[in-house]
Amino acid sequence: MKKIRAIVITGNGTNCETEAAHACRLGGFDEAVIAHIAEILSGEVRLDDFHFLNLTGGFLDGDDLGSAKAQANRLKHAGVAGTGEKLVEQFTRFIGAGKLILGVCNGFQLMVKMGMLPGFDGDFLTQRTTLTFNDCGRFQDRWVYLKTDAASPSVFTTGIEQGIYLPMRHGEGKFLCDSPATLERIEREHLAVLKYSGPDYEAATMEFPLNPNGAQNAIAGLCDPTGRLMGLMPHPEAFVHYTQHPRWTREELPEEGDGLKLYRNAAEYVRKNLV
Amino acid sequence: MAHRIEVALKESVRDARGERIKREIEHFLHLAVDEVRTIDVYTVDAALTPEELQQAAAGPFSDPVIQEWSIERPLAAGFDFAVEVGFRPGVTDNVGRTAREAVEYLTGRPFVSGEGVYYSVQYLLKGAFEVADVEQIATGLLCNTLIQRYSVLSAADFMAKRGFAPTVPKVLAEAKAEVREIDLNVSDGELLRISKEGVLALTLEEMRIIQAHYRDTQVVAERATVGLGANPTDVELECLAQTWSEHCKHKIFSGTVQYEDEEGNKQEIKSLFKSFIQRTTRDVRAKLGDKDFCLSVFKDNAGVIKFNDQQSLVFKVETHNSPSALDPYGGALTGIVGVNRDPFGTGQGAKLIFNTDVFCFADPFYEKALPARLLHPRRIYEGVVEGVEHGGNKSGIPTVNGSLVFDERFAGKPLVFCGTAGIMPSEINGQPSHEKSIKPGDLIVMTGGRIGKDGIHGATFSSEELNENSPVTAVQIGDPITQKRMFDFLIRARDKALYRFITDNGAGGLSSSVGEMAGECGGCRMDLAKAPLKYPGLNPWEIIISEAQERMSLAVPPERIDEFLTMAKRFGVEATVLGEFTDNGVFHILYDDRTVAWLPMAFMHEGLPPLQLPAKWEPPRHAEPAVEVKGDYSGDLAALLGALNICSKESVVRRYDHEVQGGSVVKPFSGVANDGPSDAAVVRPILESFEGVVTAHGICPRYSDIDTYHMTANAIDEALRNYVAVGGSLDLVAGLDNFCWCDPVLSEKTPDGPYKMAQLVRSNQALYDICMAYNLPLISGKDSMKNDFYDGSTKISIPPTLLFSVIGKIEDARKAVTMDVKRPGDIVYLLGKTGDELGGSEYFALKGAIGNKVPLVDTGRAYRRYQAYHQAVTQRLVASCHDLSDGGLAVAAAESAFAGGYGMSMELSRVLWKGDMAGKSDATLLFSESASRHLVTVHPEQREEFENIMSGNCFAAIGVVTPEPVLAIVGLNGAAVVRAGLAELKEAWQKTLREL
Repeated sequence: MKKIRAIVITGNGTNCETEAAHACRLGGFDEAVIAHIAEILSGEVRLDDFHFLNLTGGFLDGDDLGSAKAQANRLKHAGVAGTGEKLVEQFTRFIGAGKLILGVCNGFQLMVKMGMLPGFDGDFLTQRTTLTFNDCGRFQDRWVYLKTDAASPSVFTTGIEQGIYLPMRHGEGKFLCDSPATLERIEREHLAVLKYSGPDYEAATMEFPLNPNGAQNAIAGLCDPTGRLMGLMPHPEAFVHYTQHPRWTREELPEEGDGLKLYRNAAEYVRKNLV
Repeated sequence: MAHRIEVALKESVRDARGERIKREIEHFLHLAVDEVRTIDVYTVDAALTPEELQQAAAGPFSDPVIQEWSIERPLAAGFDFAVEVGFRPGVTDNVGRTAREAVEYLTGRPFVSGEGVYYSVQYLLKGAFEVADVEQIATGLLCNTLIQRYSVLSAADFMAKRGFAPTVPKVLAEAKAEVREIDLNVSDGELLRISKEGVLALTLEEMRIIQAHYRDTQVVAERATVGLGANPTDVELECLAQTWSEHCKHKIFSGTVQYEDEEGNKQEIKSLFKSFIQRTTRDVRAKLGDKDFCLSVFKDNAGVIKFNDQQSLVFKVETHNSPSALDPYGGALTGIVGVNRDPFGTGQGAKLIFNTDVFCFADPFYEKALPARLLHPRRIYEGVVEGVEHGGNKSGIPTVNGSLVFDERFAGKPLVFCGTAGIMPSEINGQPSHEKSIKPGDLIVMTGGRIGKDGIHGATFSSEELNENSPVTAVQIGDPITQKRMFDFLIRARDKALYRFITDNGAGGLSSSVGEMAGECGGCRMDLAKAPLKYPGLNPWEIIISEAQERMSLAVPPERIDEFLTMAKRFGVEATVLGEFTDNGVFHILYDDRTVAWLPMAFMHEGLPPLQLPAKWEPPRHAEPAVEVKGDYSGDLAALLGALNICSKESVVRRYDHEVQGGSVVKPFSGVANDGPSDAAVVRPILESFEGVVTAHGICPRYSDIDTYHMTANAIDEALRNYVAVGGSLDLVAGLDNFCWCDPVLSEKTPDGPYKMAQLVRSNQALYDICMAYNLPLISGKDSMKNDFYDGSTKISIPPTLLFSVIGKIEDARKAVTMDVKRPGDIVYLLGKTGDELGGSEYFALKGAIGNKVPLVDTGRAYRRYQAYHQAVTQRLVASCHDLSDGGLAVAAAESAFAGGYGMSMELSRVLWKGDMAGKSDATLLFSESASRHLVTVHPEQREEFENIMSGNCFAAIGVVTPEPVLAIVGLNGAAVVRAGLAELKEAWQKTLREL
């Protein structure tokens, strides 16, 4: 059987590459390669050789110009050595080939600021939404309940009935749209895959700390209309085993954490559709 | 010419940064504010076309969804005063650096020398302010004038002047490279003046030793052969001052102490470090025999122990007190990214797996007057917390354990302890990873950031007390991203064996890092003109001692240098060959081929005779307060829970990423609502395995007011009992000692030196005694010995403080135990005995007293009990366990109960007592801080097994977990002495620091 391959991009302040690669392997990928951006820009590693791209958490360029802004600029303008092509062309080719991208936290910020999400009408390079400073004005590390939209096209959340419980760790996670029309279309097309909610996963909430950042419509995760591109502020790679749960010493929990489902779904999709 | 690009939030978008400033102005300066809005300002001093400027403004500098931008036109509107704050020339400007890189990507054209982007923030204040109010806001909150500049405009002036003019904080200095010679054939008074005015921190005796060296005819003759005269150059004198500074040389710990105890017994101690710290490790290792797990102790940047057969653990804890006093944000940020370089620069280099932070501050609500130059404790608190937050979070290292400790005397100097652990394969490229060497001919390579005037005299300055003239240049600002890039590159270079030796550039800069490396092979030859500079105009002496951050020094074999440099370039990391290592016994420094320093290694490293230090111990006597007898202590308990040293630190801890890297098993918070205070941290550094690393610490400076011997004993015991509580194994656990002391050297300004020195001796005695009993080898540590403030009239000395950190292992992290009670019906046990030991307790502090009966540690009993308890954990017999420390049994019980969401009922008559029965009372049983105790809950069905394992140890079942959310404690006479709802206790515990 052909191998299914995941890539995790690191460098310039990305921090979660090890656990993201671990989650990909646990989820069923035969290979999960951690590639430094320098290795991609030098042409040593090509996105074309992979099926699933992970843009994961961290502080790209220190979030100095606003989270992920400098990396979005770099990806759009930097060229790949020896190829004459810009890196952004590898990205659009990857998307065009029907492959999967998951952006987590800083990776979600990057996708949004590059314009990969919400990706209306096949346009992956126009920014329509943003993620900005939490209403509380502070970085927060806490666990959140995320209600899933069962009608969402996201391939990552297939089979998750009510919701998932994950840690969030960010200072800039407040989701905002450029216009009411964008927000309305996101909701209409069920692109807001995950929303902050109470422990019963019943209703979305704006209440702190359940909604830790004041995101519009409590949106924590977003996908494109194909469902193959998704970003979320909380960290699914940080809950793949029960010992990562904050209350594992007092609750009966299954071996696998809630976040692993996203990687299992990704692997399954790739196996079915891309190899 | 310079262009101003302004970026503002659209009017409809909430300005969280502005709102925070508004809150701080109101809370902190007690001024009414209508609104604060903020604008980012990029001053672009580069030749860009108008189109390129627009692309930069619309592209990387702004977010089209929420922001608008302008070029050469102010955006501000609807305010009363505008304050613009930017950096002073030469101060690290991380946002400016990223902005510059973004423009370079955009245009595809690198900046030429002298071009740059500078970042500042404009604050728009709305409210009925006087000019003086705005000045106060600017200097009291928005701007630290040591490193930042600000300008203020009223709305009218702003209109008239069309806003702020562009300011380019470029360092303007002529390219010069002066080397001065200093004539040391002068009087003693003149020698001292040279030391003082040059911030050399050398004593008269040390200056005389240097004077004698340069009078030696053989030295003079040898110097002539390299073209140097008989006088030292400024480069040489500065290098000696760095190498010989208290900060680098630890003169107090290596001095000879004449110690006299309270009975007049005299003892000469040659080096506290050798006599106690090194001896502890040597003797513990001998005792452990073939179970010894130490791999590298004291000789490297951090200690190394075995984790398993394939992996080694590295740990170091540092302090960054003096810089944090001057610039809390920058000082603390540098503290954390600085200590990151220690494990990274240990052995062949380690991957960093967690940080720990302990901060000691004065009360943030302090309301009395403070001496000039001292920042308000609240500003220090805010700045330090934020600096370490940024440094740790941005570096991608989880902050897993820490404390905040409060005492008024920390107003004189805050203590900022930052620790970092790492992991490395036990063998790299076939060599033990904890070993490294240098061969003559290896190249001296510096990687990472460039050299500037930042951090000049950091090492010598922190070897003196803080005063009004403390130098501005001593402050550095860290840059976690430049460092992260360097680490990403170096860890890959390590695995390809591209270097032979690595160490960090910290205090003392190149003089210290290359000086120490030269000691490995016996010499070096380095040309300072090759060093990359942030801006021109640095003299050679400044280049060699600058503490500019984010740099590592390496020894690269000549045959690997091309590959090393090519790879560095690809990863965007600057790497420069500065010279080579030799074996000629000389620290030989050139500038453009001209010799500027020629120092025999032997003189540099061994030329200093030990300090002579008098020490006399006279136990202090404090008033012995009568313990109040009353029927209900619920109010005292609530007050204790709200005390600064006990209350919840959640508002701070949540700002630190404690879960990145995915290995967290026991987090800082436990319990039904994720908010109970965990005793220690457990992490899995290797995600494919369930072996866990456990870390914890102990710190109790209050006991120093009674006896530093017992302060130390209790700190060590606290660290170990925290560690044991979560399930740490006693077979593999090591300690780190961090001494923060006030100046103990007898002098005019320190007439009580002998007492403070005796406190240090006693602390060391306890360190040896307790670590021996607990089989705790010391693997690394640090001392910071001048934590005083003195402005000529007011002196504030910190209480002698030992931070004791431990690192060890839990074989199976899935057996870890947390502190929250788990279910009603569980039996509550108290392990250990309680005594009349309220001296130095939080309970007495609440009543304004100190007392004398400090807790005494019974190591023999404690160690056996810890071992038995660990066996119970291994057999999964423990439902919860919480250590008893500040506030004693009552506080521990309240915390375990409200964390678990179930009540607890217990009887004080069942608590085991030690010592004089006369002191036994409800208050002592509730609040005494007797050492080595744990509060444990066990499921009833496991009672027998648990009691079997614990048999032969002091422990007692004292109560039960109850379904009703109430803490109910029955006193000795059978009546309730505490009865309080958990919600109310938790609220008391949470409210104190919630809003900070």
